[in-house]
Amino acid sequence: MTAASTAPAATRLLLSGNEAIARGAWEAGVKVATSYPGTPATEILEALGTYPDLHAQFSVNEKVAMEVAIGAAMSGVRAICSMKHVGMNVAADAFMTYTLTGTKGGLVIVVADDVGLSSSQNEQDSRYWGRFGHMPILEPADSQDAYEMTKAAFEISERFLTPVILRATTRVCHVKAIAETGDRIAGAKAEFVPEPRRWVMVPGNARNRLPLMEARDEALKAFAEDTDLTVIDDGADRRVGFVTSGPVTMHLREVFPDAPILKLGFTHPLPIGRIKAFAATVGALVVAEETEPLIENELKAAGLSMRGKDLLPLFGELLPHIIAPAIRPLLGLPAPAPQAQPAKLFPRPPTLCPACPHLAVYHTLARLRKKVLVAGDIGCYTLGAGHPWGALDTCVSMGASMGVALGMDKARDEDDRDKAIVAMIGDSTFLHMGMQGLLNITYTQGNVTVLLMDNGTTGMTGGQNHPANGRDLHGNPAPRVDFAKLVTALGVAPERVHTVDPYQLPVLDRTLRREIATPGPSVIITNRPCTLIEAFERHHPYHTDDDACTGCGKCIDIGCPAISVARRETATRKNGMEVELTFAHIDPAVCTGCGMCVNVCASEAIVRDAAASAKEAPVS
Amino acid sequence: MSITNILVAGTGGQGVMTATEILAQAAIAMGFDVKKTEVAGMAQRGGVVTSHLRFGKHVLSPVIPAGEADVLLAFEAAEALRWRHEVRPNGVILVNTLRLAPPVVSSGLFSYPDDPVAALRASGHTVFAFDAGEIARDLGEIKLINTIMLGAISDHLPFPPEELKERIVASFRERKPALADLNARAFDSGRAKARAAA
Repeated sequence: MTAASTAPAATRLLLSGNEAIARGAWEAGVKVATSYPGTPATEILEALGTYPDLHAQFSVNEKVAMEVAIGAAMSGVRAICSMKHVGMNVAADAFMTYTLTGTKGGLVIVVADDVGLSSSQNEQDSRYWGRFGHMPILEPADSQDAYEMTKAAFEISERFLTPVILRATTRVCHVKAIAETGDRIAGAKAEFVPEPRRWVMVPGNARNRLPLMEARDEALKAFAEDTDLTVIDDGADRRVGFVTSGPVTMHLREVFPDAPILKLGFTHPLPIGRIKAFAATVGALVVAEETEPLIENELKAAGLSMRGKDLLPLFGELLPHIIAPAIRPLLGLPAPAPQAQPAKLFPRPPTLCPACPHLAVYHTLARLRKKVLVAGDIGCYTLGAGHPWGALDTCVSMGASMGVALGMDKARDEDDRDKAIVAMIGDSTFLHMGMQGLLNITYTQGNVTVLLMDNGTTGMTGGQNHPANGRDLHGNPAPRVDFAKLVTALGVAPERVHTVDPYQLPVLDRTLRREIATPGPSVIITNRPCTLIEAFERHHPYHTDDDACTGCGKCIDIGCPAISVARRETATRKNGMEVELTFAHIDPAVCTGCGMCVNVCASEAIVRDAAASAKEAPVS
Repeated sequence: MSITNILVAGTGGQGVMTATEILAQAAIAMGFDVKKTEVAGMAQRGGVVTSHLRFGKHVLSPVIPAGEADVLLAFEAAEALRWRHEVRPNGVILVNTLRLAPPVVSSGLFSYPDDPVAALRASGHTVFAFDAGEIARDLGEIKLINTIMLGAISDHLPFPPEELKERIVASFRERKPALADLNARAFDSGRAKARAAA
C-alpha cells in the first residue's frame, strides 16, 4: 500500500477523511499545521506530520494552536489548525478577533464534530461558529470531498481574506473511502508586513474593521449562490426534495435513490436564492442536518416553508435507519418492516489496560470513597467512574478538575468539611489547561489535593508526545518540563509535592491519606508510563498459588483486566459467621508483571516462578 | 446495483480494524468502489468494536443499512450474538468460538451466554463456528488469528479466495518474509476449518 505522504499525483488511495484533509492541505502548499489531539480530529495533524516541507506541531492546547496558525497566516503563508469540536471553545478567543482582522495567508480551521458522541463529553454543533465569527463553512461528505474542499478552503480564505471553517464529522473523519491525489503547489514565502491598523486590534482599529467584515459577508453570500461546491444531485421523484450537507447526503441517497437532493458543500452563508429555486421544483422540501436546525431556521426566516426537525431528531447521526421511518410517510410509503431485535447480552464497557498506572490511583481512591470527593478530568482516567472503582464524581471539560475542586472547597462552610477534596488530572490535560487552575488554587489558598497522573503521553487519543515527555511530534528529543518544579513554581509548597510510584500501592495510599488530612494545596505526581507506549516495560507474568490463595478477593478489587474470578465459595468462620470467598486467576497472556497486585496479597499467593523472579531484565 | 456488506466484530485489541483494512484493500484491487467505517470510540480499551465494509460499483453511505449485512465475521463468540440482528435473513455468520468475559461478567454482575453458537444457529442464519485460537496454536503462533479469520471469510466474497490470500502473503513477503509461508498456511487452515464447521 502506498503511503499518502509519498503517493504521486493521480493515485487512487483508500484514505480516511482525516488523511484526505492532510493530503489536501499539503497539496495546497500549507507551511504550518497545528492541533491538539482529540477524537475524531487527531489523525489530521498526525498525517500532516508525515509530509515534507511543512512544520507540524501538537501545541499545548487549541487556543495556542490557533494562535500559532494565525501568526503564520499573518506572515502570508498558508496554515491549518485542526481540532475536535470542544477544542473550538478553547480556541474561540483567538479566532473571534482574527476573523475581524481578516487573514493574509490562507487559514483553514478544521473542526471535527463528534456527532453521535463516540468519544466526547458533549455533541455541540460547530456550524454556529461560522455565524458567530462571520466565517464561511465548508462541509465534506466523504474523503474525496474532504480532500477537494480542503484545497478549495485555502482559495476561498485568500480570495475573501477570511479564516475558513472546514466542518467534518466522525462519519467523515474516520470513514475510509477512495480519494484521488494531485500535486503540491509551492506555498508563499513568509513575510510579515507591519500593518498596525489591521494587526493591532485596539478598539479604534477594530471599529474600522467592522464595516469591512460586513462587506465580506455580502461578498460571501454572493459567492455561495455561485460556487460549484454546492450541487444538485437530481432525481425523478419530485414529491420530496432534500436540502442537506455532509455525510447525510450519502445516507439520504441510500434511502431515497430517486429524490432530488441539494447538497450544500459551502454551507455558510446559505445560498438562499438557490435553495428557493430548488424548492420551487419539488413538492415538499425537507432539510436534513446534523445536528441543530441552523439551515432550517435561516430558511424559515427567509420565508420558506419546509419540514425538518419536526420529523428528524435534534441529536445523533441521521443514519439510514433513522431517516427512513421519519420520511417515508411523506411519500405515502409504509414504515420499514421492524428490524430484528438485538440479543439480550452483557455490556462490554471499555476498561483500563492491564498494569495501567491509573488502576492504582482508582483502587486507592475507591478505598477512601467515604472520605473524599473527586473532581475528575478528560482522559482515559474518566473510566475510573465505572465498575469496579466508582472513584470519580465529576467530569466537565479539559482542566476542569482544578476549578471544580476549588469551587467545591470554597462552597463549603467551616462545619461542612468532613470530606477531603481531590482533583485528578492527567499529564497532557494538565499542560493543556490544568496549570492555570492549579495556580488559581494556590493563589486563593484552596484546600485541594491534586493527583497529577503522569503517564508520559496523551493516552486517550493514542499516545501523542507532549512537553513533559521529552519527545516532539516526530519522536525526536525535545525539552522536557519537570512537573515537580512546575507545580512548585505555580505556588505549591515544595514539601507538599510528592512523586510516587503508583505500583507501590501502600506508598500511594499513605501519601494520599497524609495529604488529604493536611490543610492547603498539595500535589501527588504518579510517574509510571502508559502501557501502550515504548517507555513501558513488560515483565514476566505473575500467577496465583492456588494452595496459598485464601479467597479474600483484594487483588480482584484493583480492577486489572488480567485478574478474574476463578471461583466463589461460601465459608464459615470459627465464630460461625458465613463469608463469601472469591478466588482469583491471573491470565498469563494478559499480565505484564507490574506487581501492583502483589502489594495487596497478604497471603503471598501472587507469585512467579523463581527463574523469572531472578531475572531482573524486563522481557520485550 | 449490488453492494457487498461485511460486518466485522470483536473486542478492542483483537485486530478487527486491521482485518477489515486488508479486506478493503483487496476489494479495491478487484476494482470495486469501497467504503469502510468504524464504531470504535475507545477501541484500545477492550470495549466492543465493529467495522463496516461496503464495496460494489458505487457505494453511497458507509454504514451498512440496518439488518442488511451479507456476512458477519466475528472474532469472539458473544460479539457474534451481539450483532446477529444486523445480518440479513439468508446471510452468513463466521464466528471464532473464543469466549472473552469482561470484568462485569467475571465479577458476577452479568452472565456470559452458555452457548452463543447454538443461539446463532437458532436464528436460521448459515453459521460457521471454529476455534481460530486452536488453529493458531497448532501453527505455533497466536498472532496468526487475523489471517485465519480472513481465510475463513474468503469463501464468502464476490472474488476468488486466492486474490485475498495472495495479497496477504505478498504483504508479508514485503515486510516480514519469514512469516509469509506461515501466513499462507494459516489462511488455508482458516478457510478449511470454516468450511468444515457449517
